[in-house]
Amino acid sequence: MTAPLVELTEIHKSFGANPVLKGVNLELQSGEVHALAGGNGAGKSTLINILGGNITDYTGTIRIDGESKKYAAAADAIRGGIVVIHQELSLIPTLSVVENLFLGDPLTKRGLIDRKAMEAEAARILKRFEIDVDLRAPVQELPLSTRQLVEIAKGLRHKARVVVMDEPTSALNEIETQRLFGIIAELQRQGSGVLYISHRMEEIAQIATRVSVLRDGQIVATGTPRELTPDVIAAHMVGKPLEEVKLQVQADANMVGEVLLNAEEINFSRAGQTVVDHISIQVRAGEVVGLAGLEGAGASEVLWTLFGAHQKGGSCKMTLKGNPVDCASPKKSKTAGLALVTNDRKTTGLVLCASIEENAALPSHAKYARFGWLNTKAMLRAMDILCRSFAVKSANFSEAVSSLSGGNQQKVVLAKWHHTNPDVILLDEPTRGIDVHAKVQIYEQILKWKREGKGLLLISSDIHELILLSDRIEVMKQGKVVRQFSREDATAESVMRATISA
Amino acid sequence: MSALAKLRPTLKTAEFRAIMAFAIVLGLGFIFSGDGSFFRLGTHRDALRQVSVYGILACGMSVVVISGGIDLAVGSILALVAVALSKLVIHLHFSPLLGVLIAIAIGGIAGLLSGTLVAFGKLQAFIATLAVMVFSRGIAKFVSGGQKVATNITAPDGTSTFVEVPGLFRAIDNKILGDNVSVVTIIFVVCFLITWLLLSRTKWGREVYAIGGNEEAARLSGIAVKRSKLLAYVLSGMFAAVAGICQAAQEQQGDPEAGMGYELTAIAMVVMGGTSLLGGRGSVGLTMIGILTIGYLEKILSINAVPESGRLVITGAIIVIAVFAQNRR
Repeated sequence: MTAPLVELTEIHKSFGANPVLKGVNLELQSGEVHALAGGNGAGKSTLINILGGNITDYTGTIRIDGESKKYAAAADAIRGGIVVIHQELSLIPTLSVVENLFLGDPLTKRGLIDRKAMEAEAARILKRFEIDVDLRAPVQELPLSTRQLVEIAKGLRHKARVVVMDEPTSALNEIETQRLFGIIAELQRQGSGVLYISHRMEEIAQIATRVSVLRDGQIVATGTPRELTPDVIAAHMVGKPLEEVKLQVQADANMVGEVLLNAEEINFSRAGQTVVDHISIQVRAGEVVGLAGLEGAGASEVLWTLFGAHQKGGSCKMTLKGNPVDCASPKKSKTAGLALVTNDRKTTGLVLCASIEENAALPSHAKYARFGWLNTKAMLRAMDILCRSFAVKSANFSEAVSSLSGGNQQKVVLAKWHHTNPDVILLDEPTRGIDVHAKVQIYEQILKWKREGKGLLLISSDIHELILLSDRIEVMKQGKVVRQFSREDATAESVMRATISA
Repeated sequence: MSALAKLRPTLKTAEFRAIMAFAIVLGLGFIFSGDGSFFRLGTHRDALRQVSVYGILACGMSVVVISGGIDLAVGSILALVAVALSKLVIHLHFSPLLGVLIAIAIGGIAGLLSGTLVAFGKLQAFIATLAVMVFSRGIAKFVSGGQKVATNITAPDGTSTFVEVPGLFRAIDNKILGDNVSVVTIIFVVCFLITWLLLSRTKWGREVYAIGGNEEAARLSGIAVKRSKLLAYVLSGMFAAVAGICQAAQEQQGDPEAGMGYELTAIAMVVMGGTSLLGGRGSVGLTMIGILTIGYLEKILSINAVPESGRLVITGAIIVIAVFAQNRR
C-alpha cells in the first residue's frame, strides 16, 4: 500500500496554558473527500492553520506522500501543493476580481503587470467555475455568495494536491453549492485529496468518502458516511440530541396570541434598485414567522428596514402593539420594543475588542444610567447574571468577547437583546457558523421567547431549521413574498422549490 | 518557569508595559541624574509643570482616539484661545471668570465644528480636523493681527504703554503648597480626573469605547453614534481651550504662533500609553503614564544638558521602541 497523501501524527498545540489539539491523528488519501466535523472550539481552525503553514509551533509530524514536512509559512505550503480555502473571506474588498485572483503572484511581462493576460486567465478560471461576474468590479460590490465563489476560485487557481475547505458553502445557495460539489468531484478525479469542513450534515453525507469527528482536540470517530450518519456525528459532537428540541416545538405549537407587529408597505431600494417591494408582515405574540429566500431575495433587508437600520432607502408603515413606530433609526426601534440580531456577529453584532459584559450591556446602558452617570456596579452584576443564564462559557466575563467561540459569541448577542426586553425579535441567521451544541441552546432560547409571548421573525438558510422553528413561513423572491406556508404544509422540498421557482 | 508562566498574562497587559516604559525612563534619571539635580524636588515640580499643557491636550486626545478618530486641531485651538483670552483680559479688561468662560466656549465651538464635520459630514477625522487646525490658526492670526497680544501695548502713533499682568495669569502661573506644586499641574490633574470619570463612569464614555471598537455594531445597538462622536471633539476642543488658558498665563501673552506641533506631542503621549489608534481600546489612565514617560524623558535629557537636536532624536526613537513593545502580543 502506498503512503497516504497526507498523514498527521500526534499533532499537539496549545495556546498559552490552553491545549487546543491533544494528539490528532488524521490521514487523507489521494482522490478522497475526507469530511471533518466538530463543534466550535473543537480545534478545527487550529488544525487547518497547522496544515496550511500558518501555525508553525506545534509538535507532531505531518507527512506528505510519506515524507515528513514542516512548512515555515503559508506561501511555503502553497508551493508544496496545499491550498487552504478559509471561511473568513480573505479577499480585499476594494480591489477588482482580477486583482484579487492574482493577489501575491500577478502575471508579468518584462517585469510589468500583464493586465491583459491576467484578465484572459481570470475569465478562463471563472468560466470553469461558472461564475458570472464583471472581472473589473471591486469585490465589495459583489453579493456575498459570489465573493465566496471567487474565494474558492482563487484558492484553486494553483494546482493543488491537497485542498482544505473550511465551511465553503456557508454563504452559498443550493445551486452554487451543487456547482461546488461538481468542482470537488473534478478534484477527486485528478487525484487530489480534499479535507472538507462543514456543519451541514446533508453535505457530508452527499460528498464525503470518509468522515472524522473532532471533539476537544482529538479525533473521536472516523468512518464512512454510512457508518457515521448525521445523528451519529451529532452525538459524537455533543450528546444532546436534536430530537428533544423537536418534541419541545411540537408541545409548544399553537400558542399564538394577538398581533404584536403589523408592518405594511415595507420598501427598500439600494442605488436606485428595488430590493424590497411593498411587503406586508404580521407577527403575533408567541409566533415564529420564518422568512425564506435565496441570497438577494431581500429577506435580510426586510429585517433591516423594520429595525430602521438602513441609513437610507428604507421605509415602512408599522405598528407595534397597536402603537405606530417610526422605523427611522435603530435607537427609535429599540425604544419601541424591537431587537435585531444581525447575520454577522463579527462585523455588525459585537464590538469584538470589548469585553463580554460590555457587549451584553451595550443596548441597555440607559437602564443603569441617571443623568448620564452609570451605576457600573449594578450593571456588571446584572450582566454577570445575564451571561450565566445564557450559558456563555467563559471563566471571566470581563475578557474580550473575541476570546469566545462562535457559538458563545452568538449567545452574547442574544443575551444583549434579551436584556432590552423587546416585544418582537428579528433574527437573521442566528445559528450561522456555530456548532450543534450551541445551536440547540439557541433553539431553546427561541422557544423560551416564544413561550414568553414575544414575536419572532426568523431568517435561516438552513431550511430544516427554518421549518423546525417556524409557525408560518413566508417565501421571498426578488423583493416580494411569493408564497406562504403554514407549519402543517411546509416541507423542506416544497419551501426550497418555492424559493427557486419562478 | 511556572512562576513566569503565571506572570505572563500580567506581563502582557498594556498597563504593565506602559509602566515598564516609565520605570525605565525613571531608571535613566537615577543613572544620569544631571549632577544630582534629578534628586531635587524642584526638578520634579518643573517636569510636571512643563508637561501639564501637553497633558491637558492628551486627555482630550485620548477620548477622540478611543472613539476611533484623531484631533489635529488642538494646537491651533490652543493658540486661538490664548490670543482671544489675552485680548479679553489684558486689553479689554474683562473679568477673569467671564474671560475663562468665553475662552472655553471658543474651544468648545471649534471642537463642535470638527465634530460636526466628522459625525454628520462623514469626513475622515484626519481631514476634518486638519481643516479646523488651519482655520483656527487663521482666526488666531486675524484676531491678533499677527502680533503677540501682550502687556506691552503699541498705540497707532508708535508709543507703547505697559499694562499690568492680569491677576488671572499670575494666579495660574503660581506655585502652591509651599512652592511645591504648580497651579497648571493641578489644572492638568483635574482635567485628567474629569476625563477618567467621563470615560469610565458615564453612559457616553462607554459608548465612545463601543463606537471606536465597532461603529456599525454600536449603531445597530441603538446608540446615538453621531452625537457621541460629536461630543468627543467638543470635549477635546474645550480641553484645548484650558491648555490655551494655561499657555497664555505662563507666557503672560497670547501668541498666535503658540502650540505649533503640540497636537503631535499629544498623540505621541496617547500612543506611548498604549491606547490603540484604531480606536476602542485604551484608557486615559494609560495616557497619563504616556504623558509622564515623555515628560520625564525630556526633563532627564535636559538636566543632562543634551542639546535640543539630540533630545528630539532620542524622544523619537523611544516612542518607536515603546510602540513596538506595545504592539507585540
